[in-house]
Amino acid sequence: MLTAVAIVVDGAVFAAWLFIVSVGLTLIYGVMRILNIAHGSLYALGAYTAAWLVGAYFAQGYPPLAGYLLLPAAALLVGVVAGLAIERGVLRLMYGRDEVIMVLVTYAIFLVLEDVIKLIWGVDPYFAYQPYGLLGTVDVLGLPYPIYDLATIALAIVIGAVVWWGLNRTRVGKLLIAVIHDREMSMAVGIDVTRLFAVTFVLGAVLAALGGAVSAPKISVVPGIGVEVIVLAFAVVVIGGLGSVGGAMIGAVIVGFARAAAVHLLPEAELFVIYAIMAAVLVVRPYGLFAKPEARRI
Amino acid sequence: MTLGRNPTVLVLAAAAVGLLGLGLLMPDWLRFLVQISLANSLAVLGVMLQMRAGLVSFGQGLYYCIGGYAAGMSGHLLGVSDAFALLLLGLVASILVAMALGLLMSRYREIFFAMLSLAFSMILYGLLVRAEALGSTDGFNVPPATFLGIAFKGGEHRYATYALTCALAFVVALALNRYLVSTLGYLGDAIRENEIRVEYLGASVRRTLYIKYVIAAGVSGLGGGLVAIAVGHVDPDLAYWTTSGEFVFVALLSGTGNVLAPFVGSLLLEFIRTFAFAYAPYTWQMILGGTMLLLILFLPGGLWSVIGARAERS
Amino acid sequence: MLRGTNAHRASALGAGIALAVGLGIAAPGSAQDGSSLRIGIVTFLSGGAAGPFGVPARNAAELMVSALNEGSVPAPYDSKGIAGATIEPIIIDEAGGTQTQVSEYRNLVERQNVDLVIGYISSGDCQAVAPVVEELKRLTVFFDCGTPQIFEETVTDPQYLFRTGPTATMDSVGAARYLLEVAPDTESFAGINQNYAWGQDSWNDFVAAMKVLKPEVEVVGEQFPKLYAGQYGAEISALLTSGADAVHSSFWGGDLEGFVFQAAARGLFQRSKVVLTTGETAMFRLGAQMPDGSIIGARGPHGVFAPDSPLNDWFRQQYFDRYGTWPTYPSYKMAQAILGVKTAYEKAAGAGGALPSQEEVIAAFEGLEYEAPSGTVKMAIGNGHQAIQGVTYGIYSYDRDSGQPSLTDVRSYQAECVNPPDAVKSLDWINSGFEGASC
Repeated sequence: MLTAVAIVVDGAVFAAWLFIVSVGLTLIYGVMRILNIAHGSLYALGAYTAAWLVGAYFAQGYPPLAGYLLLPAAALLVGVVAGLAIERGVLRLMYGRDEVIMVLVTYAIFLVLEDVIKLIWGVDPYFAYQPYGLLGTVDVLGLPYPIYDLATIALAIVIGAVVWWGLNRTRVGKLLIAVIHDREMSMAVGIDVTRLFAVTFVLGAVLAALGGAVSAPKISVVPGIGVEVIVLAFAVVVIGGLGSVGGAMIGAVIVGFARAAAVHLLPEAELFVIYAIMAAVLVVRPYGLFAKPEARRI
Repeated sequence: MTLGRNPTVLVLAAAAVGLLGLGLLMPDWLRFLVQISLANSLAVLGVMLQMRAGLVSFGQGLYYCIGGYAAGMSGHLLGVSDAFALLLLGLVASILVAMALGLLMSRYREIFFAMLSLAFSMILYGLLVRAEALGSTDGFNVPPATFLGIAFKGGEHRYATYALTCALAFVVALALNRYLVSTLGYLGDAIRENEIRVEYLGASVRRTLYIKYVIAAGVSGLGGGLVAIAVGHVDPDLAYWTTSGEFVFVALLSGTGNVLAPFVGSLLLEFIRTFAFAYAPYTWQMILGGTMLLLILFLPGGLWSVIGARAERS
Repeated sequence: MLRGTNAHRASALGAGIALAVGLGIAAPGSAQDGSSLRIGIVTFLSGGAAGPFGVPARNAAELMVSALNEGSVPAPYDSKGIAGATIEPIIIDEAGGTQTQVSEYRNLVERQNVDLVIGYISSGDCQAVAPVVEELKRLTVFFDCGTPQIFEETVTDPQYLFRTGPTATMDSVGAARYLLEVAPDTESFAGINQNYAWGQDSWNDFVAAMKVLKPEVEVVGEQFPKLYAGQYGAEISALLTSGADAVHSSFWGGDLEGFVFQAAARGLFQRSKVVLTTGETAMFRLGAQMPDGSIIGARGPHGVFAPDSPLNDWFRQQYFDRYGTWPTYPSYKMAQAILGVKTAYEKAAGAGGALPSQEEVIAAFEGLEYEAPSGTVKMAIGNGHQAIQGVTYGIYSYDRDSGQPSLTDVRSYQAECVNPPDAVKSLDWINSGFEGASC
């Protein structure tokens, strides 16, 4: 019984984290058809910026609760600055190229950013643990859970709701959906696709950085944290269907609960349960669970 | 296709002879570099073969790893030490696995083929990391290979493995070159252009892609076996996605127009990497990534008609 | 048309490669002229292992090299350089995987023409490089990697390869002994280790040692999260629900620190005695965040466990003055590798002082005993090529007033107690009940 409850709560916490980290990736792919490997670096940049800001803030002794605002602030900063720099500086020169070329471009950007991060922040770890412990813990059937972790579940739901509302209820969002469905037609009816690309990439970058910023208080921010995230985020968005935000949520839930179950029930399988699920989903639904199959050109 | 009219074959033969000769003159470290890049070129050839048919494999490391581990494990478990036998075992193992997986993989295209191939290579990685008997992430060492019963020592052994790698690379390149100008080879290009028309014209797309997949796997398995013999060590990193990513990078960098291209690209990558390590130990990743970007940006001709035509179409 | 473009491009690239090769061959690989000793140093400068291990080791290397070249190291190392030769370090990043590292080792030896190589933290790299050392016949000293397999299986009759750091078996054996001494009523234990060779081997050694020392103890959980996973929510829940009396972990780096944050917040350290075999690397950074009562190891008598001696005091102060933080065990192990090399060279050179040949150095190195900042190092097993040292564990506590961490209830186990005797394999030795150990 306790194990079952633990699986549910652990699964939800991990799924929430996965969703926050992956939703930007799926959005960028859906609109721009770019599988952004640099997503991992944006996550890392968000984590480093947040950790650095939080560390400096708490060292000054300012009121602790306001420190939480630093996390989304760091995400916004990184997302706008790095996102614009990447999109305007590099990606703009490569639009129209093949999808796979774009993946390689983002991989190259990822390599460069890894060293940039190392040059700026060095190889020593950064900590931002204060926000993690401030909220205290709550007992779930005798198992203590930090309220911060449960708060990330709420945050994921909020982000999901905001993204959904933004896509479906605002003008820009509807334009984005149009571009996701059919880029050529959108251009034909006069939508400024290039500007929308910038908007989307920055948005995706902000979300990636937010994932990093939200993680910073519970981890040790070291070089290389971006690499792990890439593979996990990929698995989640592929399972859910590339380009589908709802799919990302379902994918995150599936992967999160599967991993929690594996850890509690069959720890040996934990290493490849994610890939096994990804393979299994792709075998049954080749485009992922919620993507729309694309019409083939004849 | 006679020898006289096909410059590629001539260049290949000249290169093979040249490398064999230079191998006697080159300093050891350089010859080792060339040997590794030749072996890796085979895996890149596998990627290239599938790329010409429009499929990008982000998991070629799967077969590269199978080839390497088969060579290594045969050494330990079966006591086989003959280089030819080890490579043959690697080849057979790769082909067998590919024949099974190919049935599934030939149904997928584009990014989903890429992702699924990545998933399978990472599953193998996970299994190998879990396999403590195989050394987990430390892997294990491959005993020195013998050649039809002869066990060379020292410099002779190094040259022997080098010569084997050159010879095998030459043979594979020759065979693939012949294949690419055959019906099946050209079918790959046709499938990349427009799959449905190929079906209407009566050829089986699935069967063609399946055959390509298996051939590519076999070639990559050979590459993995050669690398195992050269380095003397195998570990699960052979199946990690960054290894596969490197093969894709070299394939794109050098282009898919000709079997010569991967060899050149692979050698270039090894050189860039080793000099970046030596002269920029703190920023070699940036150098590698920056070089990649510059090449993609300024050498569009390096990305041959495969990619160029698709871009125009889309 | 296509082939024309290809051939043109291929020849252009070929020319570029020829140029690069030419430069490479012409690049510095200066011949030994007797007044300088080129030492290749391989350690992690990028990736997750750089912060906790690679960079502290590199720092120690730079410190020792410049101090030795000046002659400012305390006796008996106060002569300049090594046997009079100025040390010239060539530092290489250990990143990139075994294929790259084997290639880079060959480059160091053959292209850069180093006189010897000191390095390697990753056991995988050590495994791959070990046979190449013997093949290229260049003196090489592994300073940190832990796998006992190097001299037990991979190179069973080493000539050119030495390791001045003990194997990782010692960490787990010492941990088991220490745990059962400070908490004798431990009835169950669990483990959380990174899912790769290091974590798996550490756990296996620990379980085997515990079973020998207290056969009725029960294993109630084994967690193996992926290396660099960073998030351990589910694993910590599993450990909490298992109700283990003790938890063993060989975590290091970002994983260790993240685990401590997350587990401490959820009270794991109150419910179980947590043993962190490499905890010493994180203790200064974590400070108040590391819970009191954690059992901390340093993979040997390093860092705060090092005995007082003029050499140790000098080393710690120099390192702190230069780098702003206290040296941890990777720094100690690098220093002891360099000092071992110096001792061997000078013993071989004798009173004459001329730079000895490699064979003479190797003969001097075998079975050597010398002093390092962490105490005596004895090259006692592996045919005189493998060092043994003792291991020390202590219980962590943090003094909030002074802001200093400290360790209490410190117990040391001498080298012959926690290392197998010569020519006995580590796991066999543990399973035999530590036959031949003297504690």
